[in-house]
Amino acid sequence: MAGSDGALIRARALTKVFGDLRAVDSIDFDVRRGEAFGLLGPNGAGKSTTMRMIASVSKRSGGELSILGMDPNARGPDIRGHLGVVPQQDNLDVEIRVRDNLIVYGRYFGLPMRFLGPKADELLEFAQLTEKARVKVDLLSGGMKRRLTIARALVNEPDILLLDEPTTGLDPQARHILWDRLFRLKEAGVTLVITTHYMDEAEQLCDRLIVMDKGRIMAEGTPASLIQEYTSREVVELRFGSDRNALAAQRLAGMGRRIEILPDRLLIYTDSGEADLARVVELGLEPLTSLVRRSSLEDVFLRLTGRSLIE
Amino acid sequence: MSSEEKALQGAAAILGERRSARSIAFGAWFVAEARLRNMLAYLRTIALTSFFNPLMYILALGVGVGSYIDKSSGGRGVAGVSYITFVGPALLASAALTAAFEETSFPVMGGFKWTREFWAMNATPISARQIANGVLLAALFRVVFTVLLFWLFLAAFGAMPGRLCALSIPASVLAGLAFGSVIMAVASRLEEDDGWFAAINRLIIAPMFLFSGTFFPLENLPPALRWIGWISPLWHGTQLGRIAAFGLREPAWLVAAHVLFLAGLLAAGLGLSWSAFARRLAK
Repeated sequence: MAGSDGALIRARALTKVFGDLRAVDSIDFDVRRGEAFGLLGPNGAGKSTTMRMIASVSKRSGGELSILGMDPNARGPDIRGHLGVVPQQDNLDVEIRVRDNLIVYGRYFGLPMRFLGPKADELLEFAQLTEKARVKVDLLSGGMKRRLTIARALVNEPDILLLDEPTTGLDPQARHILWDRLFRLKEAGVTLVITTHYMDEAEQLCDRLIVMDKGRIMAEGTPASLIQEYTSREVVELRFGSDRNALAAQRLAGMGRRIEILPDRLLIYTDSGEADLARVVELGLEPLTSLVRRSSLEDVFLRLTGRSLIE
Repeated sequence: MSSEEKALQGAAAILGERRSARSIAFGAWFVAEARLRNMLAYLRTIALTSFFNPLMYILALGVGVGSYIDKSSGGRGVAGVSYITFVGPALLASAALTAAFEETSFPVMGGFKWTREFWAMNATPISARQIANGVLLAALFRVVFTVLLFWLFLAAFGAMPGRLCALSIPASVLAGLAFGSVIMAVASRLEEDDGWFAAINRLIIAPMFLFSGTFFPLENLPPALRWIGWISPLWHGTQLGRIAAFGLREPAWLVAAHVLFLAGLLAAGLGLSWSAFARRLAK
């Protein structure tokens, strides 16, 4: 099934071109069994295009791609039989009932009704939708629809679950319920591939990730190793008001490892945030707000590209 | 073991090939099954229109207009039969075309644009071509249902006297599917509605209904307008239906031309749908 090195997905110089645009520009990565693999990057980075190539629906323009040891250009339907796909935009069948959505989708895999009946009930339980089984999909909240979409993607007992921006557009509570469900899947050993532009999502769910920008891979590693490699342990965030930030930065020069000036705030990358904040106050500078926090993947992305993830 | 644990365990299981083999072979059928399930949600309105539509047309045209024409022709009717017998196969074929249009216009556009269900199907082993085939297969069921009911009404009103009159059913179904496949090819290329279907209704279906030898023989039209009938699936389906329903006499080559025209249109529409579905889903 898998490649000789145990990788379920293996991409080498993977490229996708739309007209003049190199949406995905010669990227390499491997996804191993049981791992939660993330593609992190801003909108337009090429994450979703990469995902559609892995999903074996969009053909690559160049390079190599192997999924479960098969070439998606040649054996798309065979590969798709072993994947679960949670697309960015919900595409549930809104005219029929919640439970029937699972049954109909299972039929697309050629699964018999005697398998699908009990399977649908198990999945409803997993998605915490048992009480909504006979409700029309139209009447579900956004978070419930996402959970149903995830349950639907599990109906064929997939080897790899692909999640494209799973929590975009959900309120914080719905996101946490969804993360909890995804965490259960991860614990159960399901191989997950997740695209996201939320760093907290990537930090919570991903064992390993690639940071993408403009179709290229900027960095690869575990969330902790990326933070260690590309940024300091802590960050001091200071707001002086938008017209005074640059001026304050001049006076703070030399503090911490590095200072980043953003339109709305200053970031001091340092290994001792509290000490640096005390020095800021000693210098007689009076920030409107100040905050000492741990470095995150957001800082890694800023370091790599000079831009924020969410613009 | 709780249901939740079972769901999780199943998801992590390593599977053989049993998942994909069946849907690669029968994908179109599974798509049709889903479409039919959707139709069930509209079963009442579909059944009501399929029931009252024939009754309405038969009463208005067959009994109303028909008795007037039959009287004024001195009992000779049109083409040697009563008017309701003459117009019956045409009504049958146009009911087939209308039903096919309903299943291949908005549902196809919506599958791409509104519900996005075609993308959901394509994420499974089902191919773009199977999705198009499945949509047409579901339309076939709908057309057969509509035509069958209509035919029973016509037979009950004595408008199906011929020995081979049952063959007017497949003739109408073929015409409906040929038209439906072309509409599907158009619908699968539309990114926005922009009133296209309303335009097709008024500029293609309405003239087709009026000028395809439906209410009077095509020969009654000025020669300069007869081409409308020649390129109309409705005319070809109607003429085949008339041959079956009351033994309308036509040369063998023309009968063959009717069948070939409809089969060709069906093949062309389906082929163009395949390419549009594949292009759009692989983007």
